[in-house]
Amino acid sequence: MGILSKEEAQAILKKALSFSKADECEVSLDGSEGGNIRYARNAVSTAGDMSSMDLAISSTFGKKTGSATINEFDDASLEKVVRRSEELAQLAPPNPEYVSLEGPKTFAESITYNSATAAVNPDIRAEAVRKSLEVAKAANLEAAGFLENTTSFRAIMNSKGLFAYNKDTDVSFSVTTRNQAGTGSGYVSNSFNDVRKLDTLALTKIAAGKANGSAGARAIEPGKYTVILEPLAASDMLSNLVRGFDARGAEEGRSFMSKKGGGTRLGEQLFNEQVNIYSDPFNPDLPSATWNDDGLPVERTSWVEKGVVKNLSYSRFWAQKKGVKPLPGAGRIIMEGGSASLEELIKSTEKGILVTRFWYIRSVDPQTLLLTGLTRDGTFYIENGKIMFPIKNFRFNESPIIMLNNVEALGKAERNGSMIVPPMKIRDFTFSSLSDAV
Amino acid sequence: MGAGAFMLPGLSVLGNSIDPLQALDGMDVGLKKALADVALNAARSKGASYADIRIGRYLNQFVATRENRVQGVANTESFGVGIRVIADGCWGFASSNNVEKENIAKLAERAVAVAKANAKIQGEPVKLAPQKGYGEVSWKSPIERNAFEVPVKEKVDLLLNTNAIAMQGGASFVNSVIFAVNEQKYFASTDGSYIDQDIHRIYPNFTVTKIDRSSGKFDTIRSLSTPMGMGYEYLEPKESSKVKGIVTRYKDRYDILEDVKAATANVDEKMKAKSVEPGKYDMVLDPSHLWLTIHESVGHPTELDRVLGYEANYAGTSFLSLERLNSKKFNFGNKLVNVVADKTQKGSLGAVGYDDEGVACKKWDIVKDGILVNFQATRDQAHMIGLNESQGCSYAQSWQDVQFQRMPNISLQPGKEKLSVDDMIKNVEKGIYIIGDGSFSIDQQRYNFQFGGQMFYEIKEGKIVGMLKDVAYQSNTQEFWNACGAVCDESDYRLGGAFNDGKGQPSQSNAVSHGSSTTRFNGVNVINTARKI
Repeated sequence: MGILSKEEAQAILKKALSFSKADECEVSLDGSEGGNIRYARNAVSTAGDMSSMDLAISSTFGKKTGSATINEFDDASLEKVVRRSEELAQLAPPNPEYVSLEGPKTFAESITYNSATAAVNPDIRAEAVRKSLEVAKAANLEAAGFLENTTSFRAIMNSKGLFAYNKDTDVSFSVTTRNQAGTGSGYVSNSFNDVRKLDTLALTKIAAGKANGSAGARAIEPGKYTVILEPLAASDMLSNLVRGFDARGAEEGRSFMSKKGGGTRLGEQLFNEQVNIYSDPFNPDLPSATWNDDGLPVERTSWVEKGVVKNLSYSRFWAQKKGVKPLPGAGRIIMEGGSASLEELIKSTEKGILVTRFWYIRSVDPQTLLLTGLTRDGTFYIENGKIMFPIKNFRFNESPIIMLNNVEALGKAERNGSMIVPPMKIRDFTFSSLSDAV
Repeated sequence: MGAGAFMLPGLSVLGNSIDPLQALDGMDVGLKKALADVALNAARSKGASYADIRIGRYLNQFVATRENRVQGVANTESFGVGIRVIADGCWGFASSNNVEKENIAKLAERAVAVAKANAKIQGEPVKLAPQKGYGEVSWKSPIERNAFEVPVKEKVDLLLNTNAIAMQGGASFVNSVIFAVNEQKYFASTDGSYIDQDIHRIYPNFTVTKIDRSSGKFDTIRSLSTPMGMGYEYLEPKESSKVKGIVTRYKDRYDILEDVKAATANVDEKMKAKSVEPGKYDMVLDPSHLWLTIHESVGHPTELDRVLGYEANYAGTSFLSLERLNSKKFNFGNKLVNVVADKTQKGSLGAVGYDDEGVACKKWDIVKDGILVNFQATRDQAHMIGLNESQGCSYAQSWQDVQFQRMPNISLQPGKEKLSVDDMIKNVEKGIYIIGDGSFSIDQQRYNFQFGGQMFYEIKEGKIVGMLKDVAYQSNTQEFWNACGAVCDESDYRLGGAFNDGKGQPSQSNAVSHGSSTTRFNGVNVINTARKI
């Protein structure tokens, strides 16, 4: 039942709306179909096929709104969920922040659906994992990994005539390889819109190289170091930052974007001049829908240009209050890089630390965006342009704002999860203690 | 015809107003049994040596407010089926929101096909601990007032009153939420169990924010409530459930109006507090804080799947090993440290009658007088630690997800000798008393951790002298639990917990509680987290 065509989705949404007695009503339908295979200790541990579909409805009388969801789609269930949301709406006090729904619009066709990815089945997944296990076994390593493919759709409709539909595919793969003694560990992870770009054999070789290379790590003193963050590590540091590019939090005074004395830091040079961040639904490696949940178009948006914050997102309510145009949030972001390879960044480093990835990053202070977390799965000491030896993992306490001020150089950007970021060479990155974890 | 009308025959009359609470009635047990038998028979006929099915209806309700307005009132409902099988020695799983008979049979076949595809690259075959069938049984959370039956207006009024107190007290902003959960789960397996369970949880909470525009600084304090395996009675205050002290804290009844008043005053004091001097301090940790340290540093490293490497690619492994367990002399902590796993504890998030593979729940020791004595296991893991039966630790967050080993409630036992918090503080020369949980981070083998909190009080020569800010402590798990200096007695024992303990790929959330009494840890490293940007 998971994936409906545009017409099928439209029919269910229309049917649900036909039951509505509210002043305004919006309905959304989400469905997904996909499967996964998980392995550990060089064998499959769990695997499954999943299919689901959910309908969510919000009914509003005046400014009183109630919401409900359901995943049964016969007429009685659809009417039940409409009535439930209406009853909740009648019980809710008026919300002064309610903004009347968007009217009909035409959105650009997205590039998020790939038929090869949609065709992945249990045998294809098993074969991809077999290749990964082959590499691990040949290198005398123990592999644990995860491969998941998803095809999903989302459709929205409201009582003012708005309708939008999008279909999306994605495949993600990650693998950790560890040596038998438990003294070395390597990791790699990547996601693709098009499964034909996924090469589990080549990726597992990278993880295996990290695992063997990280064995026998030495302890060095915590402190401030020049670091080279691989794209995975760099993207780990940036996820909190983009959430802060929101006008309301900044103007209310509770964000790192808030200005002393009131107002925001929009237009200020917050980062190094090399920092450029934008979002673009038509990036072929990181495509997204061309509309958001509020029924607003999603377009290419520049967030940071030459270190200056250029835009803050505005919800429909906050935009109306401030008399500006609403702007959807950053979502999937792209940070521009340079042309240098990772190897070239290493070659240009006199003394420094190469970080494969970070782990367990948590916010410590939202005022400064200070984060803490640890290095994981391959941390190496660099001297005179060469990797000298593996080092034990560190805990860091660092703010991405300070980090993006201390950019020395950027390499070639690549996709990791829901971001495209370059490897980064950063000076004075703060490591606060050592960890025994491998 | 969709499954909804099929399952809930009373709802099909078009045009009638439908009671939003009607889903609470659930689906007829006889019907669930019939559907379960379809799945189990189909799986067996396709070659499964074992099969189980979970038919679940999951209800959530959120009421969210800020300042003087309601941001959202939402009810969610998710109904579906998950079928797990062993075929050719390998696990297979398939789930769907289509709960019609014909689809269930197909789904069982699909699960078998997944198992067979994977069996080609499988290593050792799955070995399940024996489990007797219980026949047709049921279990229900022992709640006094079903949160889904409490009128929305009552919840809205309570939250808006909470917010009004904060705003009158000088808060700049306040957010408050009531989140209620009901899992209606039906489990059946080829072992002959047919288990119907009705599980309830609730989590009311707020955050008070204070902003100083002139300095551009802001700070927050969160509620001292905790998610509980209870009904709406958790929100009905009771004097005997209050723990008085510098801040009032709560056992199994919560007074949100009292707590928000205190939090609003305290956030003012927190903003003006002295920034901590880094160094070694004796830490006095309230249960509203310590639950999270227990969760991260004791709960996770004693999960058997982590110890064995099944979580290596995501949550990580563990500094503990089978060798350390089998040595029977691994000093996890000092003699004061006694930790139990307990899936039967009343009011806790992890309490159920049976786990998600049909094993009756129980209680067992994890750390006894400081020594590591056991882990947490499921049926397919029990043999790996020499057990003849599962400890009942299997859980899936919904019908849609496959069940696997999840943490039971893991709790630090109270001190055996009488000791109050006041008496504990009297014996501290230089220390910090932490109330409430904050920032948390720990490495993938659970050695190195860092924790923040909500309120930090400086202790000097046995007395609380004022609030501190910018506090976080760092330690190593084994060193920390061996630095345990004293544990208050059972009169101070309380639960803390979370709805969102994450593990697995795809990641799943588990709700779990951790009990403790206030505990002192000697000579812990404290850092200052203030930065200039």
